[in-house]
Amino acid sequence: MSQATMQAPTSQAADAEASRSRKTNKSQHIRTWADWMTLVLLIVGALIMLFPLIILAMNAFKTIADYNATGPLTLPAHPTMRGIESFWKSSNFPLKFLNSFVISLVVAVLGVLLSVLNSFALGIGRVKGNRWIILLIMLANMMPQEALLYPLYTMFKEAGIYNTQLSIIIIFTVVQSAYGTYLLSAVYSTFPQAILEAATIDGATRWQTLIKVVLPISWSTISVLFVFFFVWTWNEYMIPMAFLMDDSVQTVPLALSALQGQHTIDATQLAAASLLSIIPTIIFYIIFQRKLNQGIVAGAVK
Amino acid sequence: MPQQTQSKQKSYSRLPGSKSSKFIPYLLPGVAALIVIVIVPFVWNIYLSLTHWRGVGPVKFVGLKNWQRLFADATFWKSFANSFWIIVAIVVVPTVLGLLISSVLTDVIQKKFGSGKASFIRALYYLPQLLPVAVASVIMGWIFRPDDGAVNDLLSKVGLGFLQHNWLGDAHSALPILMVILIWIQLGYPIVIFMSGLQRVDPELYEAASLDGANWWQKFKIVTLPSIMPELLVVILTATIGALKTFGPVYLLTKGGPGTTTIVPSYYSYNQFFQLHQVGYGAAISTALTLVIIVFSVIFTIIQSRVEKNAA
Repeated sequence: MSQATMQAPTSQAADAEASRSRKTNKSQHIRTWADWMTLVLLIVGALIMLFPLIILAMNAFKTIADYNATGPLTLPAHPTMRGIESFWKSSNFPLKFLNSFVISLVVAVLGVLLSVLNSFALGIGRVKGNRWIILLIMLANMMPQEALLYPLYTMFKEAGIYNTQLSIIIIFTVVQSAYGTYLLSAVYSTFPQAILEAATIDGATRWQTLIKVVLPISWSTISVLFVFFFVWTWNEYMIPMAFLMDDSVQTVPLALSALQGQHTIDATQLAAASLLSIIPTIIFYIIFQRKLNQGIVAGAVK
Repeated sequence: MPQQTQSKQKSYSRLPGSKSSKFIPYLLPGVAALIVIVIVPFVWNIYLSLTHWRGVGPVKFVGLKNWQRLFADATFWKSFANSFWIIVAIVVVPTVLGLLISSVLTDVIQKKFGSGKASFIRALYYLPQLLPVAVASVIMGWIFRPDDGAVNDLLSKVGLGFLQHNWLGDAHSALPILMVILIWIQLGYPIVIFMSGLQRVDPELYEAASLDGANWWQKFKIVTLPSIMPELLVVILTATIGALKTFGPVYLLTKGGPGTTTIVPSYYSYNQFFQLHQVGYGAAISTALTLVIIVFSVIFTIIQSRVEKNAA
């Protein structure tokens, strides 16, 4: 039962969706021409949204001669992997992927850890001034990164960690945990009182209560946060661009955007590089689709 | 803010027998990190806005000189005027389209064609939201390439070759095309959020409205809109903050140009920091941007709680 409470925003929506489709099953077969028109219009809209990505995929496997002869709107006459291979090698893609992966993974783990500790103290511990601390954390959330950029840049240069993955990990652990704390402390402040009381009666210490009771029950919210921290960190651009100077420490988005600056680059090479850069994202989406959908919704309803 | 039922003994936690002060150790790492990475840099940045500094050498205190310059700086005002158009592209258009698409998806597709088809179409609209914004920007820059890009090629293939254009390089089209790109990136976000909100609406309300002879628009206004008001407000708040912070697409596609036609506050301050090495002035711009965001959020949150109270 408490499990259900913790998943409230998402599972309720899912249940509602299920019950709704059950209720409406009967009317499913009466489709007017207006319904078909709506479907067609929505599909046309979706195709417009997809158009850039379809064109991109078509040209990623084209030779430049082919592109110059027939333009971007035709299928490749002589499909080639050369563009993909060339970006793979020139950008050292496996290394960029590894950098992105390690940074995002460590941020997700540490970000979740900080969020849980903060929220335990704020939502369940009700530490004095918790409302003010949450307000402060909310402000930290809204802050544009530019307002922190130059002082952080100076600090990290002094500390000797500028131009390392560690600098990005530190910054985004804090940034993401601000969001996580905001969300999770709201969840913990409505954590079922009866369960907390039962844990105390069983003689659990605060730490044991956190690890053995609170954590397992809020696991689904935590896993949503984890996936989101990972994806958000993966997608970050400005601070990594300002902080990661060396090729050897850069991330996937930085590797692709570095090509953009070179005006001599072929259209097909840029298409191939872009396609390669979005493949990891698409794979994550397929793996974590459910968690991501839950998270978007949970974040919105807060 | 979370709703909390304040206990009578304020210093006690929700864990019976544990004083709330015993929880302070759990808070220390998070608060220490927040102080070092957010609060100190933010205060430092405000201080920098009162100085003249080239990033190296001595920091010279100049009082409000940067701020005076800011208020007289046409580029600064231009950057906020452009923010208005970015808000149109990231908040207004996607929210309106998102309301329309999500309600049609829920109302027609999910009902008549099944929820599988509805969530598939939703996923297609959401795809650009998933891409790293830098990658999405590079892809759209590629589509709008000046000479041999897909849009120009498409125009010439359908006999509209005379419309071919250096889309992002022409002062007349750069901002509108940037807006188109931002709409493309953003649209999936409100659709997904609104659709989840719409699942709460009781289908019987629609049926009752239909029996009373309400047309689609009336049903939308009377049933749909009020029931997803919380989602609507959240989307407007988060998307507006996001719009005010827009950096990546501008940096990657136009660098604020041609001239200052697409400059935005975030890029303007970045430019001052790292290209012109006017750290004090960059700090003033970014502090001003922060103030705008905070003022907007506070006003909006007040409106939000009023609306929620009225609804209750």
